[in-house]
Amino acid sequence: MARIDLKSLAHSYFPDPKSDEDYALRRMEHVWEDGGAYALLGPSGCGKTTLLNIISGLLTPSEGQVLFDGKDVTKLAPEERNIAQVFQFPVIYDTMTVYENLAFPLRNRGVDSKRVDERVREIAGMLDLSGKLKQKARGLGADEKQTISLGRGLVRDDVSAILFDEPLTVIDPHLKWVLRRKLKEIHNKLRPTMVYVTHDQVEALTFADKVVVMYGGKVVQLGTPQELFENPAHTFVGYFIGSPGMNIMDCKIDDGAAWIDGQRIALSDRHLDAVAKQTGKIELGIRPEFLKLETGDGVSSDNGVPVNITKVEDLGQFKIATTRFGSSDIKVKLGEDTQITGQSGVLRFAPEWTKLYADSQLVA
Amino acid sequence: MRFQKRHIALLVYILFLLLPIYWLFNMSIKTNTEILGAMTLFPDNPTWANYATILTDPAWYSGYINSMIYVAINVVISLLVALPAAYAFSRFNFVGDKHLFFWLLTNRMAPPAVFLLPFFQLYSSVGLFDTHIAVALAHCLFNVPLAVWILEGFMSGIPKEIDETAYIDGYSFPRFFGTIFIPLIRSGIGVTAFFCFMFSWVELLLARTLTSVDAKPIVATMTRTVSASGLDWGVLAAAGVLTIVPGALVIWFVRNYIAKGFAMGRV
Amino acid sequence: MNKITNNKAWFLVLPVFFIVAISAIIPLMTVVNYSVQDIFDPQTRFFVGTEWFEQVLADRRLHDALIRQIIYTLSVLLIEVPLGIAVALTLPRKGWGVSASMVLLALPLLIPWNVVGTIWQIFGRADIGLGGYVINMLGIDYNYAQNPMDAWITVLVMDVWHWTSLIVLLCYAGLRSIPDAYYQAAKIDGASNWAVFRFIQLPKMQSVLVIGVLLRFMDSFMIYTEPFVLTGGGPGTATTFLSQFLVTIAVGQFDLGPAAAFSLIYFLIILLVCWVFYTVVMNAGKREEQ
Repeated sequence: MARIDLKSLAHSYFPDPKSDEDYALRRMEHVWEDGGAYALLGPSGCGKTTLLNIISGLLTPSEGQVLFDGKDVTKLAPEERNIAQVFQFPVIYDTMTVYENLAFPLRNRGVDSKRVDERVREIAGMLDLSGKLKQKARGLGADEKQTISLGRGLVRDDVSAILFDEPLTVIDPHLKWVLRRKLKEIHNKLRPTMVYVTHDQVEALTFADKVVVMYGGKVVQLGTPQELFENPAHTFVGYFIGSPGMNIMDCKIDDGAAWIDGQRIALSDRHLDAVAKQTGKIELGIRPEFLKLETGDGVSSDNGVPVNITKVEDLGQFKIATTRFGSSDIKVKLGEDTQITGQSGVLRFAPEWTKLYADSQLVA
Repeated sequence: MRFQKRHIALLVYILFLLLPIYWLFNMSIKTNTEILGAMTLFPDNPTWANYATILTDPAWYSGYINSMIYVAINVVISLLVALPAAYAFSRFNFVGDKHLFFWLLTNRMAPPAVFLLPFFQLYSSVGLFDTHIAVALAHCLFNVPLAVWILEGFMSGIPKEIDETAYIDGYSFPRFFGTIFIPLIRSGIGVTAFFCFMFSWVELLLARTLTSVDAKPIVATMTRTVSASGLDWGVLAAAGVLTIVPGALVIWFVRNYIAKGFAMGRV
Repeated sequence: MNKITNNKAWFLVLPVFFIVAISAIIPLMTVVNYSVQDIFDPQTRFFVGTEWFEQVLADRRLHDALIRQIIYTLSVLLIEVPLGIAVALTLPRKGWGVSASMVLLALPLLIPWNVVGTIWQIFGRADIGLGGYVINMLGIDYNYAQNPMDAWITVLVMDVWHWTSLIVLLCYAGLRSIPDAYYQAAKIDGASNWAVFRFIQLPKMQSVLVIGVLLRFMDSFMIYTEPFVLTGGGPGTATTFLSQFLVTIAVGQFDLGPAAAFSLIYFLIILLVCWVFYTVVMNAGKREEQ
């Protein structure tokens, strides 16, 4: 197992990149700690697979270095890096049995047959493949094939890291949970460095100790699931993580408060100090969970924003209300027992959960 | 594209393919004196005279026209009958379907030499001897099964749900087939036409046996000319080059589908 | 795909059935008819039972032609299949090179078979052909018109030249259906080039190779036009294969009875070999899955 450093790494698929847009991966510095379980989360085309392939050596980065435990491996081929990778769609050696499939990465490296047998049986046991070892891989279903692919990724115990490229895409939802828990168990037991690429936030948040969120070829935040939720470092993180995502609105700072469409939202001194130095576009963000919606007669609009309620969805365990003032739609998450009366109400912003962003970056 | 050792191997192989063809072309633009005189990689005095001979002599150029006619008829017949049949094989189970399919394919395994005499007698007795249609029909023996096979491969790749949706939308079978299905398997039809063209165009034995004067194909003209007029190498080479040209043109149109086509749409 | 049972589908198949029946069944009946009769003229014919079959089966010339045919077909398969696979592996996977290679590779397949014969007839001659000239220049006495071995090799090289592309294109179609992830996974699994070929590429080419081997078997077993133009079956009988032999007795000597009997035997051999090959391959495939 190894610690992985990315040093001023950047990659472009063009031979002669000119502007930032030509880069699939913008210049980055990053460290993956030894034994960590990381999720690499982002929308399609944000560069996560590019980054993964650079770590595994399938791609050589156009700039910068990849270090494994301080040793430069940038120019090494995948088989020299001692890395395991599981792909999105099952990769199976059709003509081999399940056993031979699992043994393949070990045998290629000249591991002695007793050790091969031990490892294959151990991994097969963990993944519930023990009964199928003698079968040809060709006749199996997509689920089982992908399980074998996972097994091939896990079978070597000396790898620097195990990389997963959206490995559960083709698996049916129930089995997804089972396999993800298996991976988590294996991680807890063996502590390999794992990097797990996904565009599914639930998958990322349940699998990983630390989540790396990528957007537009850049890492925008690295943090625990809780940090990502409570303190999104970038408007994209706020919007992408959470369901529904963070409410983000353009605002102006004036007179010791934030103004959105002529409505005043109180800020703390911490906000005002931090934002005073900023010159870019200022946005205000708040998660639906941290908004309060008061309805009914006689609700005072002091310290609140009067809104129209345009929609209320009952999702069982909670309700989502869509409210509107000026040109902004704001979603509010409400308890399932909350009663909504009338078409209007007052929104209250909790100052400690109100975030300010300048040019999409968190300032306070 | 990085240049690797394997590309050199490929180039060597392609050179092996092209050299004899180049030599034929080289010879076709030489005079007979030069051909028989010295070994020259490039002609000293390139001349189009051999081509002029062919294109001005009806005995030669009518051979090309005859070949084109029966090949075209064959391609049309093969496609017309094979399209509905391939659809039936790809969509339905019916009594004897497997046996019928296998029987069709066995015709691809029949040596043309076996059928020479019976064909000759059959077409003579119905008065079709030495007509284009006779050759076109004879070539159907191997082209129709081939067409059914390739088209079935392509059609099996089209989800059945498309048919069902169309019927639910109120399409009749002919209208669905013509306006929805055929456009979907355009590339398959193109590839099939290519193969029918190919096997009809290159075949000599049946074409020669079933014709004498009026429908005599270029391939027969060539073999007969060699034996009859002694050896006018230049003209023979030019005639050869001219038989390669239509094939080369046709390949160009299907180049992107060719690999899939050769796998009979089954990859 | 699960298909619907519908016997009306026969109506869609009828045109094919009729057109192939006319071209196949009627001539085949004629052949069967001839094979059991001795015909002097259309009015005078005798039923002779299996006499022609016995005569043909005992014919030394047929035995020789059959052995030559088998050796030839085996050589064709043993050279063209591995060579075809090897060339397919060298083809580029993307870029302009793909189209260019496709067109150039397919070119020999589109040349009329007698022209193929003509091309090699010219190319192999020592006086006017580049190939023959170069070989003689190298000090090797080569003349396909006089030396049986030279003739045989020339016909074989011509066949390789003509038909290897078919195998190449088939294999290439198989190779193209392999997703990139397979190659990447193999790299990460530390597989050698040989292992990639053996466990990824070859299995994907298997089904197209079955088609390829069948087609090459049939066509090389039926070969007629190319050697006819190149060598006329000679020198002597060095390149007289089965079709050539059949045409000689049917058209040359007009021995219709033996020719018909021989035709049937010939057809049956091809059918039998194809069927056995196909069944064995398919059963092997099924056994593997269990």
